[in-house]
Amino acid sequence: MSIFINFRIGNFNLDMKLKLPILILSCFLFSTLEIYSQNCDYNFSGVVIDLHDQSPLSNATLLIEGTDNIAISDNNGYFKFSGLCPSNYSVTVSHLKCKSKTFSIKLDGNLQKNLKLEHHINELNEVIVLAESDKGSKTIFENKISNELINDNSSSVLGDVLKNVSGVSSINSGNSIVKPIINGLYGSRVEILNNEVNIQDQQWGIEHAPSIDINSAENIYVIKGAGALQYSGSAIGGIIIAEPSKTLLKDSLYGKTLVFGGSNGKGGSIMSKLTRTYQSGWFSTIQGTFKRFGDFNAPDYVMSNTGFIDKSASFQIGLNQYNYGFELFLSSVNNEIGILRASHLHTAGDQVRAINSDSILYVDEFTYKIAHPNQKVTHNLAKLKVYKRFQDFGKVTFQYHFQNNKRLEFDIRRGINKNTSSTDLRLKTHTLTLDFDSNLFEKFDFKYGIKGEFQNNFPNPETGVKRIIPDYDKYDFGTYFISNLKLNKNWLLEGGVRYDYSKIDALKYYRKTFWESRNYNNIYSNIVINELTNQVLTNPVRNFNNFSATIGLSKKINNFNRVLLNYSIGSRAPNPSELFSEGLHHSSARIELGDLSFSAEKSHKIGLTLSHKKNNIIIIINPYINSINDFIYINPTEIQQTVRGSFQVWEYMQTNARIWGIDTDINYDFTEKFTLKSQISYLKGIDTTNDKPLINMPPLNFKNEISYRNLKFHNFLLSIQSDFTFKQNDFPNNNFEVFVPITGKMELVDVSSTPSAYHLLNFRSSVEFKKENNIKIKVGLSINNLLNISYKNYLNRMRNYSHDLGRNIILNLSLIY
Amino acid sequence: MKKLYTYALIASLLFVSCSDDDDPVAVNEEEVITTMIVTLVPSDASTNITLKTQDLDGDGPNAPVVTVSGNLKASLTYAGSVKFLNETETPAEDITEEVEEEDTDHQVFYTVGSPLVMNVVSTNNDSDGNPLGTKFKIDGISSAGSGKLTFTLRHEPKKPNTGLTDAGGSTDLEATFDIVVE
Repeated sequence: MSIFINFRIGNFNLDMKLKLPILILSCFLFSTLEIYSQNCDYNFSGVVIDLHDQSPLSNATLLIEGTDNIAISDNNGYFKFSGLCPSNYSVTVSHLKCKSKTFSIKLDGNLQKNLKLEHHINELNEVIVLAESDKGSKTIFENKISNELINDNSSSVLGDVLKNVSGVSSINSGNSIVKPIINGLYGSRVEILNNEVNIQDQQWGIEHAPSIDINSAENIYVIKGAGALQYSGSAIGGIIIAEPSKTLLKDSLYGKTLVFGGSNGKGGSIMSKLTRTYQSGWFSTIQGTFKRFGDFNAPDYVMSNTGFIDKSASFQIGLNQYNYGFELFLSSVNNEIGILRASHLHTAGDQVRAINSDSILYVDEFTYKIAHPNQKVTHNLAKLKVYKRFQDFGKVTFQYHFQNNKRLEFDIRRGINKNTSSTDLRLKTHTLTLDFDSNLFEKFDFKYGIKGEFQNNFPNPETGVKRIIPDYDKYDFGTYFISNLKLNKNWLLEGGVRYDYSKIDALKYYRKTFWESRNYNNIYSNIVINELTNQVLTNPVRNFNNFSATIGLSKKINNFNRVLLNYSIGSRAPNPSELFSEGLHHSSARIELGDLSFSAEKSHKIGLTLSHKKNNIIIIINPYINSINDFIYINPTEIQQTVRGSFQVWEYMQTNARIWGIDTDINYDFTEKFTLKSQISYLKGIDTTNDKPLINMPPLNFKNEISYRNLKFHNFLLSIQSDFTFKQNDFPNNNFEVFVPITGKMELVDVSSTPSAYHLLNFRSSVEFKKENNIKIKVGLSINNLLNISYKNYLNRMRNYSHDLGRNIILNLSLIY
Repeated sequence: MKKLYTYALIASLLFVSCSDDDDPVAVNEEEVITTMIVTLVPSDASTNITLKTQDLDGDGPNAPVVTVSGNLKASLTYAGSVKFLNETETPAEDITEEVEEEDTDHQVFYTVGSPLVMNVVSTNNDSDGNPLGTKFKIDGISSAGSGKLTFTLRHEPKKPNTGLTDAGGSTDLEATFDIVVE
């Protein structure tokens, strides 16, 4: 496969070098010739029409390809080009609400022609289920979260909003640290892209939430599986793509302000965004968010120290021409998150107390103050992108990203260290990418790209606490080739390959007793740099060569039915915490140990999507099976005694695993105003080597929503959602026993049992008012956990220490101008 | 394209040269308690009894070494004191001082496991007048026998409290000794 690609790339190289100057020269010559020989004052005019209801579409952008000639349709959908020469033209029409479409026009006189555009099929669906959205793959089911849903959840975190997608759940540390799970996989197995930048730092543990403000995104896409090879070959869980808004080619100034207030946590958020665009293609956007919440409530008590503060801002400036452009994007996310005070435990004995207690171990008065334990997380990113499109060749895009992560984790400490953080990580990442999107062949599209990345991690030793993630430099190089071939009107074949080289060069202090107990002193004696009394300084260097590939088919059966089939191979190198962890994890009262000898994980995933879309009904069924070799997981192995008490030891291990499941989405407009939305996500994860269930697999979830929407009356919306989560019956038994002095007995520490099933009801309503000058006001009221049900969520690490959130009444006001 | 590979290479070389080659400094964990020494001074001025637990690798794989220097006598009372040390540092750091400075945030609890019968009571208080427990006395020792005596240091317990069950907070240290009463 790779020989084939190299060969092709070699050819294009030659082609490009020879072709380009000739092409430019010939274009120049021809155009000058034409001016003298032809009558160039023809007009091409018409109306842009919505294919569905035949209404005219205003503000559509029409571009004559290969030129800078642009027209914008007016309020009646009318557009006009003038001063055209007789020729064959390609006109691309784009509209915010529609799929862009290119029309071929033969001009030999004045021409009037109406152009019909297809509305996005289900614009009113908040989670649009489109297979053809084409963000990463044409043969993998992709979900899109609409801007409306993002606006309506402006005060929420990314992980919670993503749960609106079937097959996506989350693993939480409390209510503010929410990591998405895609088809059972999370952490380093899920890549999150914010405006094309792979967000760093969220990979290392459950308690690292993605540093992203959802308000900086216009749309969010979810790709389940490793098939989107232009972004990554290691995302064996999937990829989440947050995209900023596309700017219009017209002189305009628009923006929005969203204000939220929530009863649970007695807080709220305000977010504002302003965009200025010019017909010349220049644009800039500025956006800021401020959120503040105090302690949240479970139905029966205050969850002390769960407040959070989020201060985020982003700025974007650029030139967006069809043929060339650039973009500079700056973003800063600053979070301060309280960690449930009752979860700060030290020993297995403390765990017994917490688990056996019906209530919560530590309750205080409600406060906005965030005390220890807490996290202060900063993520700054800068992106520079430049692109140029060459006629009959393709689009070349160059990007440079810089990310600076700073993470402080504060614990309850003693003495002079009381206000010193116990974790202080500084992570710097530089990324260069070069992508080529071919336009060379009509039926055969391909993309090729390379990526280089350098990352430096500095764990500050001034914390006075042993570093869990060591000092390291990491080098990555990746290259991919993806293509799709339209076999005929109905069949499309897609394929791609990617190669990643990754090197990690670390400097790590090991506790001598651990170093020797693992026999590392014999196996890795060559990496020891320095021996101290209790510790050894080592220089582990690991290299990984990872290969990933995807192949898929898309078959359009008829206008309503479509089948997608995809097979993807993904490889993921172990991350620093899996390689190097060694020590006590305070928040989970357990000792976590990594393994220096790990190899990369390899995933083989087959996904099938059957979609049926007819006027008022959409059904998507998506079964999949993911077989993972050398799957890295963490497993309890023994009990360790220390002066502080007993701890369970959890060691990272490798095994073979299989996850299979099915995601189903149904959207049925049974009248013009009533819609039923139904979602089922089911999966099963098995450790095939040891023949036991995998830990932290999401239980069966069944969501149903009935909504009433009246487009004619202020887009009035009323909806009630039922969210039923079953009990997870498949879980590994990791329980153990410890001596508890108070009872004088060995007691069972039940860390494994899963909580009972629960059923939540959520209510939403909103109404919109349109004012002149395109100003839109939307007022919304929603209530989450309407019945104030007391429940525990298996995938919340705090479930042994407290219940989940109680009722939350949210009032929101949006102003779109 | 070749040129770009070259540029990428140069860029990566630049990054390499930026990174500093200094070795990271070792972290000596300042708060780790490796050792607890309980000294029991008998009322008849005979030899002191020492209960000691020592775990020099902290959270490392080695288990603590627990020693009890002698048996208690049912006829006597004992004045006790507790000392916490961090022996990963040289000289060893006395953590008891820190605990006593932050007395309102700490308390030492004693758990007498059956069939032992004795009263263990704190004899020093924090600045709010609640028990601190780094000093204590043992009396009411009845009958011969053997059983477990546990010392628990709680950080940020509820104060005042009615005992370990009700105190909450997090456990900084928990050590159990096998005691023989003659």
